[in-house]
Amino acid sequence: MSWLDANRDYVLDMLLQHVRLSVPAIVISVLVAVVLGRVAWRWPRAGTVVLGSASLLYSVPALPLLIVIPVLLGIPLRSGLTLVVALAVYGTALLAGTAADAFGSVDARVREAAEAMGYSRAGLLWKVDLPLAVPVLLSGIRVVTVSTVSLVTIGALVGIPSLGNLLTDGFQRDIRAEIVTGVLGTMLLAVTLDALLVALGRVVTPWRAATPAGGAS
Amino acid sequence: MNLFGDALAWITDGAHWGGPGGIDHRVVQHLLVTFAAVALAAVLALPLGILIGHTGRGRLVVVALAGAVRAVPTLGLLTLLGLALGIGIQAPLIALVALAFPSLLAGAYAGIEAADRGAVDAARAVGMSEWQLVTRVEIPLGADVILGGIRAATLQVVATATLAAYISDTGLGRYLFSGLKSRQYDQMLAGALLVAALALVLDLTMAALQRASRPTTRKVPS
Repeated sequence: MSWLDANRDYVLDMLLQHVRLSVPAIVISVLVAVVLGRVAWRWPRAGTVVLGSASLLYSVPALPLLIVIPVLLGIPLRSGLTLVVALAVYGTALLAGTAADAFGSVDARVREAAEAMGYSRAGLLWKVDLPLAVPVLLSGIRVVTVSTVSLVTIGALVGIPSLGNLLTDGFQRDIRAEIVTGVLGTMLLAVTLDALLVALGRVVTPWRAATPAGGAS
Repeated sequence: MNLFGDALAWITDGAHWGGPGGIDHRVVQHLLVTFAAVALAAVLALPLGILIGHTGRGRLVVVALAGAVRAVPTLGLLTLLGLALGIGIQAPLIALVALAFPSLLAGAYAGIEAADRGAVDAARAVGMSEWQLVTRVEIPLGADVILGGIRAATLQVVATATLAAYISDTGLGRYLFSGLKSRQYDQMLAGALLVAALALVLDLTMAALQRASRPTTRKVPS
């Protein structure tokens, strides 16, 4: 605790950096993955290609990705943008398949009923498909969130500041308390974002509270 | 794009092959660490996962635990173990075993649970012992999912084994870190490309193995 007391500002600063890197990466992943998932669900043949390349991308290890991306995009290696792009690519690859499954999980009869009631195609997407896809989608977003928050730490290895700096700095200076703070801080951030997502999920799917668990499939 | 050319030139340079720091040596090292970690984790996780899948007990505890382990940044585990155990291969190996554990466990119990209940009941009805049930019915029927878990774990480990070089002179990650330190972009990028290629080849091989293990008979609609 004494180490944390003496370094409170530094830890808070790194925590803030960590949030600034992980949240945009998660948001971009979700947006791109939902579009790709929709395409894959709508046109299964194109979908096979899209989801296949996503899983191929996912097999590219994260640390090498951090080194390849600056070369491809011509941005500095130690820029936060590098990490955000790398983690967004990673998150998208992880989430695209789940997004396609999420649209597939929507009951076809519900969609037909909505069509019969005169929903436009846009209305069908925004008011029927997307809300009903939320439960499956959310399970994938939670996985991506935890993995992204944890992966941000490796940015410290190439010089992009985050809570990961506590891990590398603590190792180099032999301060165990610093590493433990970094690990717990990262986990705490992941758990907090996860809890926020669960709460958000409850807000956007109010009908699920009224039916027994899993009843609304 | 010029940098990619430099990296490829670095990889194909004969001076970087052979000897203790050579690319071939490091690729073998990287693979050995990967297989050792996955094998060690499998010895622990697969029997436990099969037991959970078979009995249906302890599932919630283990799922929660595996989730918590997933949230631990591997770099943190690695550096903590590094401080405790010193420079060497032990710390990365333990960290990689911990990394592989949740995927293997999840694959094992999901595979056993996915085994057709009708087939399991039939096997029990014809007088198979619990042991025979597990080894002759549930494991063969769940093999696809169990192998999927092994594949996911292997992919995670081969990627993360790169970090081993941060605290020990092991594997392809060494090129990355020494390139970073000396600002030799060609070496760093070469290391990155080698790890990515290795992960890709390993994953495609595992996918082929997984496909080959699938029974060729068509599924009978129930």
